[in-house]
Amino acid sequence: MSTVEMTIPRAAVVPPAGVNRLFAAGAADLASHLARFGPAPLGIAPGQLLGELEASGLDGRGGAGFATWRKLVAARTSAGPTAYSAPVVIANGAEGEPMSAKDEILLRHAPHLVLDGLLLAAAVTGAREVHLYSGPVQLASVRRAIAERTDARGVILDEAPDYFVSGEASAVVSAIETGLAIPRDRRVRLAVSGLGGRPTVVSNVETLAHVALVARFGAAWFRSVGTDDSPGTRLLTISGDGVDRKVIEATGGLPLAEALGAVGLDTSRLRAVLVGGYHGAWVPASDLWVRLSSRDLEPYGARPGAGILVALGDQHCGLAASVGIARYLAGQSARQCGPCVNGLPAMAEVLARVAAGGGSARLPDEVRRLAGVVTGRGACRHPDGTARFVLSTLEVFEADVRAHLAGYCEVTRS
Amino acid sequence: MTRQSLHIDWTACDGRGLCTELLGPLLVRDEWGYPRAAGYGSDVPIPSSFVAEARDAVALCPRLALTLQEVRAPARS
Ligand code: SF4
Ligand code: SF4
Repeated sequence: MSTVEMTIPRAAVVPPAGVNRLFAAGAADLASHLARFGPAPLGIAPGQLLGELEASGLDGRGGAGFATWRKLVAARTSAGPTAYSAPVVIANGAEGEPMSAKDEILLRHAPHLVLDGLLLAAAVTGAREVHLYSGPVQLASVRRAIAERTDARGVILDEAPDYFVSGEASAVVSAIETGLAIPRDRRVRLAVSGLGGRPTVVSNVETLAHVALVARFGAAWFRSVGTDDSPGTRLLTISGDGVDRKVIEATGGLPLAEALGAVGLDTSRLRAVLVGGYHGAWVPASDLWVRLSSRDLEPYGARPGAGILVALGDQHCGLAASVGIARYLAGQSARQCGPCVNGLPAMAEVLARVAAGGGSARLPDEVRRLAGVVTGRGACRHPDGTARFVLSTLEVFEADVRAHLAGYCEVTRS
Repeated sequence: MTRQSLHIDWTACDGRGLCTELLGPLLVRDEWGYPRAAGYGSDVPIPSSFVAEARDAVALCPRLALTLQEVRAPARS
């Protein structure tokens, strides 16, 4: 046996086979967790864990999809010598996106895996302060889990308010520092200067749960399911067309049609699927063979992101649905940045005029112009995400846009 | 010579447009009065011929919303 294997206490634990990984323990309690996964290898050498994470290809599951190992390395290398300059790790379970429920389900059913990942991330970065930020229901579950073990007593729990941008990384830091979950202007990366000026890692709770599994079972095991560019498993929240926010664990790179079919959606009766949530993009029903991977989704302007799929049934008008979402997003601006506060409502209202029908043929170009005006001009990426969604609407529902401008809706036949 | 970039803190800027007076036509006002440079967002590269004006804008911005920084990787995480 090599020394490497001896440093990882794998006990008699059999790595989960197939796609049921994160919920393989079957129950939220510590005994079930330990029986299925064994103890977290908290003594693992930082270099070894970082190497496994890099080889695993694990990316962030909060939306941005940033490589996990890079984030941890950045905080580790920015660390100073004192407690005041030691890194901070924050598990982010805020999930402000209304169409997402996977982080809540994960924290309620597998809190120990998230705590393991959080403690491992803390160990690997040399963090002296560890937080978990989420809604009250999720925190109650985490609190019960912490009470069952002795190594997680130091985890500070912070309650996240329930609105769209409350999970944005700088809003998370701001919430913990000041109690106000609003994004901040950032001139330096959080990994260099975040909470109280310390190097800070804000990592999605699902990402951390995967860290806990990679630390135990290694990168090769992680990659044994999924595709090359979307390895491992990924939690998906699927809703729409009669399905109310179902969470599944799916193999990476799953074709959209299979993911939708898995929750019982009839894919022959769909108009389009919104991939990546309200900051995501539409994929038309003709293209449901597309896989949930960055490579396949790129032409649509979408990303697997936080694994959100919203199906739009063919009895609905894509434009009308999009106006509702654009207005919602405009109302979720944290009201700090001029271009966002003014530009998002303006953009939503011009889109609404397109949908209302019979308007000027110049309206779609005005929507595009406003999208260009707001993009990149906020303290957070809310304007960018909203603009991306609106541009995707104009592109994927182009035929509907033309019909509406001509005073006719193909769906409602009015 | 290091390249300079002007960072706009949108949470502070109130769009009164003093910077656009100093830095036009590099910076223009959008329809609500907020500074905008074609093709750029919160970080606007400043050509050397505009560095003096950019310094003035930083010093005179009533909301302290502007900073001049040396160009590095994008300041996001
Ligand atoms: S860009 Fe919009 S949502 Fe983001 S901080 Fe500024 S006002 Fe708030
Ligand atoms: S001078 Fe300052 S507050 Fe005024 S528009 Fe320019 S950046 Fe904004």
